[in-house]
Amino acid sequence: MHETAVLFLEFGAVLLGLGVLGALALRIGISPIPLYLIAGLAFGTGGVLPLATSEEFISVGAELGVVLLLLTLGLEYNADELVTSLTSNARAGLVDLVLNAAPGAICALLLGWGPVAAVAMAGVTYATSSGITAKVLSDLGWIGNRETPTVLSLLVFEDLTMAIYLPVLTTVLAGLSLASGAISVGIALVTVTVVLVVALRFGRFIEAFVSSPSSEVLLLKVVGLALLVAGLAQQLQVSAAVGAFLVGIALSGELAEGAQALLAPLRDLFAAVFFVFFGLQTDPAKILPVAGLAALLALVSMVTKLLTGAYAARRAGIGRAGRARAGIALIPRGEFNIVIAGLAVGAGAHPDLGALAAAYVLILAAFGPLAAKLVQPFITAIAKRA
Amino acid sequence: MVEVEQTALPGIGLRHDFTTRAGQRVGVVSHRTGRRDLVIYDEDDPDRACQTVKLNDEEADALVELLGAPRIVQRLNQLHQQVEGLVSVQLPIPPGSPYAGRPMGEARVRTRTGASIVAVVRGGRVFASPGPDFVFHEGDVVVVVGSEDSTAEVADILANG
Repeated sequence: MHETAVLFLEFGAVLLGLGVLGALALRIGISPIPLYLIAGLAFGTGGVLPLATSEEFISVGAELGVVLLLLTLGLEYNADELVTSLTSNARAGLVDLVLNAAPGAICALLLGWGPVAAVAMAGVTYATSSGITAKVLSDLGWIGNRETPTVLSLLVFEDLTMAIYLPVLTTVLAGLSLASGAISVGIALVTVTVVLVVALRFGRFIEAFVSSPSSEVLLLKVVGLALLVAGLAQQLQVSAAVGAFLVGIALSGELAEGAQALLAPLRDLFAAVFFVFFGLQTDPAKILPVAGLAALLALVSMVTKLLTGAYAARRAGIGRAGRARAGIALIPRGEFNIVIAGLAVGAGAHPDLGALAAAYVLILAAFGPLAAKLVQPFITAIAKRA
Repeated sequence: MVEVEQTALPGIGLRHDFTTRAGQRVGVVSHRTGRRDLVIYDEDDPDRACQTVKLNDEEADALVELLGAPRIVQRLNQLHQQVEGLVSVQLPIPPGSPYAGRPMGEARVRTRTGASIVAVVRGGRVFASPGPDFVFHEGDVVVVVGSEDSTAEVADILANG
């Protein structure tokens, strides 16, 4: 068969399969991410239906998926919100960082995977999936709740931490010396600061350049700018993902809303490809041996997120029930954790890291939203009695 | 005075809420997309929204009209009762009015009649204390406060120039 024909057949079958899985996830009411990962496991090496030719194509699509995920995440927030949440919620944000990075790092060190894997695993257990959490808040009607601003500002803080963490991770994974590592972290910090300042002071100039009444022109300009900055960031060892995130932050207001609406379908397509690609890289045979460990890690980091949410909500003067809800909303892990594990696997970290991260995210992406749904009536009952 | 609390919801929009005298907490979540949620809080668990009413632009406008416009007129009527000889009237900008599409300042209502335009109601929305550059549209309802004679003069100005 012609190579293009095979590519189309395989890629088409994968996308169609994802569509069916997405519909299934919608019906059960969970995030489709775990199902995409499972699909990737099935298509990859050692899976039931290994792909022949399209893996290379999917790998480029996956890179695009990461850039688009981070770009749209950046578009959700404007620079004002980032600065406000950084100054007013720094303490809760730091508690979040320490409590939730620790389980992953400690686990990697106990397994003897070395400090590099520890840095990567710290990121895997730290970041809450803002995508899944936002969906949980909206599905359960928690957006109006009084603890919700606390949850959201923790998410903003995490995303900002990522802008510094990802360059650190890239440097550590590249095995660069301490000096050149420090330089690239320095570059990252300077870039983040410059982008925030530019966005706050001169945001309208960027917007004047990018904005256009034609959605076609707007789409091309935004994606072009994001890819350009992502490439530049990658070249500077700052990580392409961070570059795209910063472009998203620099754009705000109506322009950001328009761009978000335009990019959403594109992002959904390539993000799904990204999750599949991560699954492809993971050997399903390796998942089972680490499943118990992943479950334990998931349990520990559920508790640490609950504590984080309770602490942050308590500081904001929220009652007992609200504190519990804040913690539960923070449990889901998803896209970021896979992005981090993907970087580590790509750089040749410990072979079991990918399998552990996949199993871990499978559990928490699926269980997080379910937990919120199941626990809701109990919390209400407790609040009534108190 | 009702103390309205404003909270930013990063990535979503803004929330305003307050507690009524009866102890019920209510709020409005303004999404950036234009959606509005009317939120009623649980009395047992005051942090939880037990009822969320999602409103699109039109529905939000309709609710504002129900709550807002009659309230303004009611307030003006109270003012009217308090001060002898002062009336408030609602005057439409009729089709063909010379001031439709022109800024309010050009009608020079206060200079010519002594009456004041205190609000303009358009499509269910109330524009309180409009400035001289506020542009009238056909179909607007102008709320005018003044004496019987001066408000009648305003009606004539708005209809015939």
